[in-house]
Amino acid sequence: MSHPVDQAKNAEKFLAEPVHEPRLDKLLWAMRLRRDAAARQVPEWEELRTLASAIKEHTLSNLSEYLIQFETRATANGVIVHWARDSHEHNQIVYDLLAERGANLLVKSKSMLTEECEMRPFLERRGIRVTETDLGERIQQLDDQPPGHIVGPAIHKTNHDVAVLFSQKYGSDPNNEDTAYLAGVMRDNTRPDFLHARVGMTGANFVVAETGAIVVATNEGNADLSANTPELHICSVGIEKVIPTTESLAVFIRLLARSAIGDTITQYTSSFRGPRKGAAMHVILVDNGRSARLGMKRFWHSLKCIRCAACMNTCPVYRRSGGLSYGSTYMGPIGIIMMPTFEIRKYSELPFSSTLNGSCTNVCPVKIDIHEQIYGWREVMEENDQIQVVKKEAMRLADEVLSHPALYQIATTTVSAALEVLPHFAVYNRLNAWGKHREVPEATKETFHEWYKNHRPKRNEVPVP
Amino acid sequence: MNSSEALSKNAILGAVRGNQPAAQPMPTIPHFHTNKPTDLVATFRESVARMAGVVVTDQVPDLDSFLRAKFPDAKVICSAIPEYAGTIKPASLNHWSEASTIDVSILRSPMGVAETGSILLSDVELQVNTIALLAHDLVVLLDPKQIVANIHDAYDHPYFKLRLYSLLMTGPSGSGDIGGIVVHPAQGAKTLTILLSPAPKAGKPTV
Repeated sequence: MSHPVDQAKNAEKFLAEPVHEPRLDKLLWAMRLRRDAAARQVPEWEELRTLASAIKEHTLSNLSEYLIQFETRATANGVIVHWARDSHEHNQIVYDLLAERGANLLVKSKSMLTEECEMRPFLERRGIRVTETDLGERIQQLDDQPPGHIVGPAIHKTNHDVAVLFSQKYGSDPNNEDTAYLAGVMRDNTRPDFLHARVGMTGANFVVAETGAIVVATNEGNADLSANTPELHICSVGIEKVIPTTESLAVFIRLLARSAIGDTITQYTSSFRGPRKGAAMHVILVDNGRSARLGMKRFWHSLKCIRCAACMNTCPVYRRSGGLSYGSTYMGPIGIIMMPTFEIRKYSELPFSSTLNGSCTNVCPVKIDIHEQIYGWREVMEENDQIQVVKKEAMRLADEVLSHPALYQIATTTVSAALEVLPHFAVYNRLNAWGKHREVPEATKETFHEWYKNHRPKRNEVPVP
Repeated sequence: MNSSEALSKNAILGAVRGNQPAAQPMPTIPHFHTNKPTDLVATFRESVARMAGVVVTDQVPDLDSFLRAKFPDAKVICSAIPEYAGTIKPASLNHWSEASTIDVSILRSPMGVAETGSILLSDVELQVNTIALLAHDLVVLLDPKQIVANIHDAYDHPYFKLRLYSLLMTGPSGSGDIGGIVVHPAQGAKTLTILLSPAPKAGKPTV
């Protein structure tokens, strides 16, 4: 049985970094502000969010029909459609397609689904060399780390980190930390693989049932290169990515890049309906737990996610602790509500890595009630006895105190007085998770109740206007 | 599909049917024309500039001189338009990876989008899709009359239902993966120049 991922403990290493933690916080908050500015430019922004949510809920509640419609149309366009129940079936289909062609190199664009399926190690164990062609994903591959963010996988790394990594792996100048130079190193080193690979792979942001098209949005053009240059294009996509029509696609395209990075659209927004003459296109529709989540009354809305990462950029816990601390494929607020559906025990602690401030819900372009789902997962963990003893005892005490006003008043008065005299070790111990990495605020001289008691007007006293 | 995959398909569809919530209605999607810009060309230009592309509004009387002046080191110019020969045509490429030898590709787009500064390209205009992806620089002709207001209008274009590959391209390739600020280029074209040029009448080149 897996041990629960301890996100707070994992975050300690990142928090101890003098450069990385404040930099990531600042960078992601800047992205959040750019998202806000982009949204303000669109008068119908809130209407678009409502539409996007309704389209997704309509599609998910008619998912079986739309999946069949997609398969029918795509097949008519010359696409071979596969179905995979889980990650193993998915990985085996990809491997078989490569093996049939005797291919030992795969160029691929970023796909969180293939991360979820742990496809790269599966293929590498079977002699396939996999080149990630998204810059951030490639950086993480070269550094032997999973993505730390679903849009910018290496966003937690500094230019210095990348310059050193590229110098070790590509022999580039370790002292040149210019972003354009580093992007150029990536381009020069990836181009030969694009030209020689016989098989390319992409994920998909959307699957259009009406036309049988898969739609991919990237800035780098690497998905278009991966799909168009080799003679075989494999696309892996989760079954929840289907949408009904091209007309509905417009709603999501208007929301996606604005929510992600504050741009109006990605540089390449591409629809692939079928293979060119002499080439082949295969689409693998993957379930891997999605159909089960569809049946979870409280949590199926998380399937509406379009992977923009706006919830991560706004989350104070994510910004301060970095994506790798979650120990999971999906991280941040959306990861917290998705990961327990894959493995409840392993991800039982993640719902507590949140302040429940609701900011994630406010920025979600498809109106997923993220913070309410986080709270819901806390309840599930308690119902399933998945909460650590210390946390459980703290919550039991809090429940007792908060439900008895007299007890609450005694507690606040006593704690304020005690904080002034208690030694450091008595305040900062393992029972005080909040006090890790931050100082407990100085106690006020009097509680609100004490202040009110001293200042409220006496009977027959006229209050000062 | 082999028998094992057929079993998987049935299992997935069975689970989805069993679990999908009660059917919810599909909303009506407006085109939001109440906020339509008054000057589509001006908005298009601003949008392209925001994404690091360049729009040339002045008529270009001699395309060859324009390209030679703008790309003096270009040796291979691939033309996918009938009115200009270039040094090669897409049809001369034996393999799609050979497009990496191209310095400049020139093509015509059937549609621009004012809201985003995007241009539409499809497998029909490109003939070889990689000429827009592997070439160093792109020059795209666009009739200003074919600029639509927003993305809703854009996805009304029939190409999205007819073509095998339809690309809304917006500026040259870029990446924000290091430091969160987009730099150009990334893996695709290094520059994108859009020439506003009325579509030629049959047999009468205009540029």
